Amino acid sequence: MTAINVIKGSGIPLRGNDIDTDRIIPARFLKCVTFEGLGEYAFADDIEGLKVNGKIHPFRAPEYAKGSILVSNQNFGCGSSREHAPQALKRWGIRVIIAESYSEIFFGNCVALGIPCYRVDHATAEKIIAWIEANPNGELETSVENRTLKFGNETIALSLSDGPRGQFLDGSWSARAALMANAAKVEETASKLPYMQFLA
Amino acid sequence: MGKNLYQKVFDKHVVAKLPSGQYQLFIGLHLCHEVTSPQAFAMLREDGLKVLHPERTFATVDHIIPTTKAERSRPLKDPVSEEMFEHIEKNTKDFGIRFFGPETGEQGVIHIVGPEEGVTQPGMTIACGDSHTATHGAFGAIAFGIGSSQVADVLATQTLAMSPLKTRRLLFTGKLKPGVTPKDVALAYIARLGVNGGVGYAYEFAGPVIEDMSMEGRMTICNMAIEGGARVGYCNPDEKTFEFLKGKPFAPKADRWGEAVAYWKSVASDPDAVFDDEIVFDCNTLEPMVTWGITPAQAIGISEKMPKVSEFKGSEKQVVEEAYEYMGFEEGASMQGVPVDIAFVGSCTNGRLSDLQEAAAVLKGHKVADSVQMWVVPGSMKIKVEAEALGLDKIFKEAGAEWREAGCSLCLAMNPDKLKGRQISASSSNRNFKGRQGSPAGRTILMSPGMVAAAAIEGKVTDVRKYIKE
Repeated sequence: MTAINVIKGSGIPLRGNDIDTDRIIPARFLKCVTFEGLGEYAFADDIEGLKVNGKIHPFRAPEYAKGSILVSNQNFGCGSSREHAPQALKRWGIRVIIAESYSEIFFGNCVALGIPCYRVDHATAEKIIAWIEANPNGELETSVENRTLKFGNETIALSLSDGPRGQFLDGSWSARAALMANAAKVEETASKLPYMQFLA
Repeated sequence: MGKNLYQKVFDKHVVAKLPSGQYQLFIGLHLCHEVTSPQAFAMLREDGLKVLHPERTFATVDHIIPTTKAERSRPLKDPVSEEMFEHIEKNTKDFGIRFFGPETGEQGVIHIVGPEEGVTQPGMTIACGDSHTATHGAFGAIAFGIGSSQVADVLATQTLAMSPLKTRRLLFTGKLKPGVTPKDVALAYIARLGVNGGVGYAYEFAGPVIEDMSMEGRMTICNMAIEGGARVGYCNPDEKTFEFLKGKPFAPKADRWGEAVAYWKSVASDPDAVFDDEIVFDCNTLEPMVTWGITPAQAIGISEKMPKVSEFKGSEKQVVEEAYEYMGFEEGASMQGVPVDIAFVGSCTNGRLSDLQEAAAVLKGHKVADSVQMWVVPGSMKIKVEAEALGLDKIFKEAGAEWREAGCSLCLAMNPDKLKGRQISASSSNRNFKGRQGSPAGRTILMSPGMVAAAAIEGKVTDVRKYIKE
């Protein structure tokens, strides 16, 4: 397993609270049996909705085409458990997310895909977004170990809880290997659960 | 100091503490559907892994399956839907997993199938690649949604890496008035606590209102937990829970029943259980609820007016402005009288027998307005049979509604049931997100099944209480 720590790249701003998974990847694109090719459908309906009004969504704006550090506001990724949502973002090119808060299932799915999701307060989110808008090609650098973001001349603290931080650093963000290592203990735990006998 | 149900059940399922600091948790029941599982089975095949406990996973097909008899004939007309259908059939066959397909007569929405088969039981950990998995918490289980990579973890190891949640008790006091339903309770507490109010918490739903509520109603409340940000929501198991499970196909048989009930009772929260937080809701004044915006928290009582944008500040204000722009509604106006095009009764939130009865009671003796198309979609094939035995299908058909086959249907519109253009749907489902019901510009108003039926009759949002005989 590979450790994940420092990630550098340009930013992509996505203002708004409660950006749900139906918006990240509309349900009709869940008609698939693999995650391949989902990147091009990320925010498909939001992109189209803005286009008819003569506006351009950050995921289609040329200046953010290489953006890999996504910055948003509150409750990002709320809604369904579809891993298709972080898969679409990852396949579009997103490697790090910084937002005010996340839905838990979305956050967990991102950990499993090796995408660190950091938290910042509202003022900080707005400040980073403003910097990215002014410097679309500017480089940002995030560190899991130090829980920091560097941009311009600034270094600011990011929030990431100890559990996922440890998983990224020791490479256990894909949990399966660690889970499989305890096979004997799994059966021991199961044997103590009365209901193992109840399921007729 | 007593423990609550979440803490008791979590502790019993801990396999080990992982180096990352998380806990490895044994999963007692795993449920699968066709949308989030094929990628997981592919991961297993790629790594040459087996399913560790195939007898603890159950599957059905619900999201993509059409709801008219003609459209359900195989192969399905839509080739990708057919492919997904074939994948779940093959994967469950190859890995030895029980599949409740349409030919078994037991197909339905996974969160309705689990309880009616009796595989959902108190004191279990239950996972499914679907955010509405908390539905099963109604039985006193810790049930939560996971992504496809975690589905693969469960298949391969019957465990997950988890961090414990904080616990919050939501105490519902008083008594629900006629016409006020569990769906209204759910929308009311989400409106009060917000769509992310529950992030980091497991919710215990308690108090006299929950104790009085049927198992179906408790499932509706737990189902919506995720819409308020809580990944886990549960009710303590009681005699109603045990009565519901008795005789279900996979429920414990007579020889183990006593032992099972003893375990189930033992996991209920202790009288002196401690919670990280507690919130009290008085339900005496609750009225039927409707959403006016694009999140389930943007909801008001039917006699209230939609809020003014000026009542909000900062980023919350942006969401409110966005909601009015999308919905095309006027701030400060009433939701009563808003015309609807589609009326939908169904989904894992409100597709159970009691929901169909609630809608039928309102609809009986009335006609669906000419301007409205009404779809009634039972949550499972078994519910369809039960409803027909009670003559509900006749009430719906005589009123001019369409009586459909079981599936998720218009809740998320992955099958042929979709809104068109900017149509407005009066919907008993769980999400009013932009584009949720199949049209990128389609609009959803969430409400109870009875409210949907009343809206269907009048062709506009109205107060169901005028159709309720006390």
